Amino acid sequence: MADSYYDPKDLRKFGKITEWSENLGTKFFDYYGEVFKEGALTAREKSLIALAVAHTEKCPYCIDAYTKDGLQKGITKEEMMEAVHVGAAIKSGAALVHGVQMMNKHDKLSM
Amino acid sequence: MATKSLQAKGKDLAIANKQLEILNGGIFADGELPYFKDNIAKIGHFPLRPKKLEILQINVGYMCNQVCEHCHVDAGPDRKEIMTRETMQQCLEVIKNTGAHTLDLTGGAPEMNPNFRWFVEEAAKAGIKDFIVRSNLTIIRANKKYYDLPDFFKKHNVHVISSMPHYTRGKTDKQRGDGVFDKSIKALQELNERGYGMPGSDLRLDLVYNPSGAYLPGDQMALQADFKKALKEDFNIDFHNLFAITNLPIARFLDYLIASENYEDYMYALVEAYNPSAVANVMCTNTISISWDGWLYDCDFNQMLDLKVASKVKHIKDYNEDILNDRNIIISQHCYGCTAGSGSSCQGTVA
Ligand code: SF4
Ligand code: SF4
Repeated sequence: MADSYYDPKDLRKFGKITEWSENLGTKFFDYYGEVFKEGALTAREKSLIALAVAHTEKCPYCIDAYTKDGLQKGITKEEMMEAVHVGAAIKSGAALVHGVQMMNKHDKLSM
Repeated sequence: MATKSLQAKGKDLAIANKQLEILNGGIFADGELPYFKDNIAKIGHFPLRPKKLEILQINVGYMCNQVCEHCHVDAGPDRKEIMTRETMQQCLEVIKNTGAHTLDLTGGAPEMNPNFRWFVEEAAKAGIKDFIVRSNLTIIRANKKYYDLPDFFKKHNVHVISSMPHYTRGKTDKQRGDGVFDKSIKALQELNERGYGMPGSDLRLDLVYNPSGAYLPGDQMALQADFKKALKEDFNIDFHNLFAITNLPIARFLDYLIASENYEDYMYALVEAYNPSAVANVMCTNTISISWDGWLYDCDFNQMLDLKVASKVKHIKDYNEDILNDRNIIISQHCYGCTAGSGSSCQGTVA
């Protein structure tokens, strides 16, 4: 057993998920593969979205995977950083917009 | 950015045997990853055999004006291995009689060989269908004596294939050295001016892209579209095709992988991306590689690993195409670089 929750080597084993539930695992990986194919959005655009979401989800595996995927697709580090900021901006906006709730509650309770 | 070859630095990995020890040992020897041989045996391709010979690839020397970090040749200004006129003469005999339709000159920077122009002039006379020179672009701007290379190439109807790591300055210079991007752009514009790479032009100009780091190239067509768009919009540059080439884990690239602790992950990535349908068309099945000193190899990579062909005929002086074609190709784990994803060769993808 690994002595930490996250081990970079575990990412290599992701495919093994299927071994314990072939039907669901295969369905997932088929779906996943289909999602990232060139479509109405380019594979490049999808890779940048995935990178941003990887950060908001704070998934270290996804961050490693989509940084590498971005490099493979010729995406520059400036583009990657902007994508991360988009994710971070939505995250902080999502926190901040609750400030309105605070204001509403404050005003309701105040005379 | 490297400034000297591994050889000049006296590094262990300058020795071919040391590289092979690594490629055959570690994660492969302990069974974590399968040997290339076992994978291709499963689809009936072991031993790997050549098909009809199509390409003669001649490496006219390891000297280069650049010292790219990923270079599988370990080329650089300090490398003195250069093909002599005598060996070139032997090559010309072969070129005249070969069944191959393509002649591919590579290096180092082939233009730095003092007999390069003479050799091109003579070889062009043989009337081979596709005559390629692999030019790193910056050589054209490196010194006045090279400024007329675009005209020289045009005169002999040479097909120019040039490396271009990225369409942005930052990424290009990081892989190849400061100033490489601007010089390459200037060289491409000059080639365009002569008609090279223009839509519909017979003067072929293709670009080679290989990743600047421990990752595999993305989809060749998508990269080509990105390169075309960016080079056209920013610099009004045209070219024909982009070949996305995988870096093979040998020489300086292997040294980099180990030093940056990326070796295992990279080999995993290669093995994971192994594509059985690429095997039948790997480069060694239609190419013979000739070194600066006339030895024969299955490919330029085996040349750098000093794995001479497994044939009675091992040297250009004894060249015999029939005997040579009846051989088993020597493979090792670096071969996974040729079968990853859509496959990879000096002419781009193979699957
Ligand atoms: S990759 Fe090409 S240009 Fe760079 S050092 Fe090697 S031979 Fe020279
Ligand atoms: S490295 Fe050379 S021998 Fe191995 S598969 Fe590629 S071309 Fe063939």
